[in-house]
Amino acid sequence: MTNPNNATITSVHTAEFTAGDALKIPTLRILRDDGSLYEGASAPELDKVTALKMYDTMVFTRVLDERMLAAQRQGRISFYMQCLGEEAATVGSAAALDDKDMIMAQYREQGALRYRGFTLEQFMNQLFSNEKDLGKGRQMPVHYGSKDIYYMTISSPLGTQIPQASGYAYAQKLRGLKNTTICYFGEGAASEGDFHAGLNMAAVHKTPVIFFCRNNGYAISTPANEQFVGDGIACRAVGYGMKSLRVDGADILAVYKATQMARQHAIEHNEPVLIESMAYRLGAHSSSDDPSGYRSKEEEEKWRQNDPISRYRLWLIEKGWLNDSDDKATIEALRTEILDALKVAEKVAKPGIEHLISDVYAEPIPALQQQLDELKAHIRKYPDAYPVTAGRLD
Amino acid sequence: MAKMNMLQAINNALDLAMAKDDSVVCFGEDVGHFGGVFRATSKLQEKYGKARCFNTPLTEQGIAGFANGMAAQGMKPVAEIQFADYIFPAFDQIVNETAKFRYRSGNEFNVGGLVFRTPYGGGIAGGHYHSQSPEAYFAHTPGLKVVIPRDPYQAKGLLLASIASQDPVIFFEPKKLYRASTGEVPEEYYEIELGKAEVTQQGKDVTVLAWGAQMEIVQKAVEMAEKDGISCEVIDLRSILPWDADTVAASVKKTGRLVINHEAPLTGGFAGEIAATIQQTCFLYLESPIERVCGMDTPYPLALEKEYVADHLKTYEAIKRSVNF
Repeated sequence: MTNPNNATITSVHTAEFTAGDALKIPTLRILRDDGSLYEGASAPELDKVTALKMYDTMVFTRVLDERMLAAQRQGRISFYMQCLGEEAATVGSAAALDDKDMIMAQYREQGALRYRGFTLEQFMNQLFSNEKDLGKGRQMPVHYGSKDIYYMTISSPLGTQIPQASGYAYAQKLRGLKNTTICYFGEGAASEGDFHAGLNMAAVHKTPVIFFCRNNGYAISTPANEQFVGDGIACRAVGYGMKSLRVDGADILAVYKATQMARQHAIEHNEPVLIESMAYRLGAHSSSDDPSGYRSKEEEEKWRQNDPISRYRLWLIEKGWLNDSDDKATIEALRTEILDALKVAEKVAKPGIEHLISDVYAEPIPALQQQLDELKAHIRKYPDAYPVTAGRLD
Repeated sequence: MAKMNMLQAINNALDLAMAKDDSVVCFGEDVGHFGGVFRATSKLQEKYGKARCFNTPLTEQGIAGFANGMAAQGMKPVAEIQFADYIFPAFDQIVNETAKFRYRSGNEFNVGGLVFRTPYGGGIAGGHYHSQSPEAYFAHTPGLKVVIPRDPYQAKGLLLASIASQDPVIFFEPKKLYRASTGEVPEEYYEIELGKAEVTQQGKDVTVLAWGAQMEIVQKAVEMAEKDGISCEVIDLRSILPWDADTVAASVKKTGRLVINHEAPLTGGFAGEIAATIQQTCFLYLESPIERVCGMDTPYPLALEKEYVADHLKTYEAIKRSVNF
């Protein structure tokens, strides 16, 4: 029975705490390291085309990360972020969605972006902030976004996408769209006020959103045990009256299954669902980070054995959907393809000077137009100091 | 035409906007059935249903984030922040998200149509947590539009223009005038262009500039000055961002003098920005230093509110200083 406080009152007559760790949420695991299924587990329904697209996307993501981190080390791009170790979490979840479900990611979800169809050229144009970048060269590398494929442009401030996803999903509901919004964030971002604000808003307003927490153990250098004391993030959803599910983030079949269930529930019941994906951020936080300062090689090595790609690969081979021998050639071909695209993108011009002021408003306000005119006059006076734009001011 | 107070004009604007466009949705703390603590959203839930006019939990950052998401999907959320003093938990969502949505995505996404309505300003014995005028913080944020109406007619037209705008708007409502300011307001839909100041009174000796609730304060001062034979030109800036520098400059080139009045504290207040621009564009026309009549650089007081505020007497003195320099 509820009272005006909107809480169930069950009376007791001796004082007793409910323990902070009273709620234990189990972790869904379907696929073993050797590619076989756990006893009692069944693989989600997956056709061969989808299953292989998922695999190809994981492999693409890993090769892209490897090449682009190297490109950053060579000074060709300023910054990069890998998703090493979390390919299953991002690809498996994206694969369980409809193409018109909105994706609001944090920054380490290139697997989901690629699955949606972001092209290699689009990746490269963003990474090189050139004039073909959909974001017009305004954001640091890996801040991708594309309206056409329903992938919201990444924003650096952590957690801000969480209440936005609640609002976006509310609008989807109001318009009668049978679509959901998936919102990715890390266990560190779950400490932000926006996490609380977003989850509570979604629960109260019954919005069809999937909160996908990538608990990868580290927020830059801060380990999860210095981030929170409770049992992971999944239990918090229960506090908001929300369905919750924890999944092995290196097990793509489990991630796919969990997201499929979450999507169905979100749309059928207009309710948010939280998924906590347990994986390990095998790479550095970003190209500016060096994990040797805060964790051991032994620890990393242990997790390297938990590789999401090799596990899935073994399953695909077992199914007879993948040939054991064709992988090396594929990876070599991908490396070449990426390097070729990189060489093209790095030679594309930077955005024109008009894009300094475009899109601040729908139309530039008078002060902006005046500032641009003054800047152009200044550049004409000192063209050598501004080589990117001096030659093409008009 | 109908006689309305400012709340009725705002309520009427929201009603018309919701009737005109299904994608307009109003929400905020106590905004639903109750109609908001000031009743600006009165009867809207009854008329348009709970899905389009609703209460939110007590979370300004949640309201702002939710509004950003809705607007990014293409709807037109009109989100109420119950007092401008409580907008700061939403500061990150507004400054880093709302304001940069179109720019950072290269126009892939935008939050045009989003309006934050929020009552601001003193004169209601509200102390420092129910009286602030935080417009200058937002005026420092490219991507936002900041609008402040002075009376019911202006409130309705500017609010409808804000909802129709392709850019996100923060709409500061002078709560002191909610019921105190009344006037004739057309019942039909109309918009007043954003970014345009209005010369509310022609004059030749000094330009007196204000916005929002301070317009009636400066009007009183102007009437006193006119008894001394000083002819004042009065301007309501209406939009703080973008602001209409051309109209102000044209006036100052005519009068040679400028007095700016705002409720917010002096240091870092928007009067400083106006003064800097006008001294540059009108340097050779100026007959005297630009005067700023503002709140003191303290939190907004309670018991000593009368002493603190940029009232008509302080403005009258500034007008005389400007003219007699």
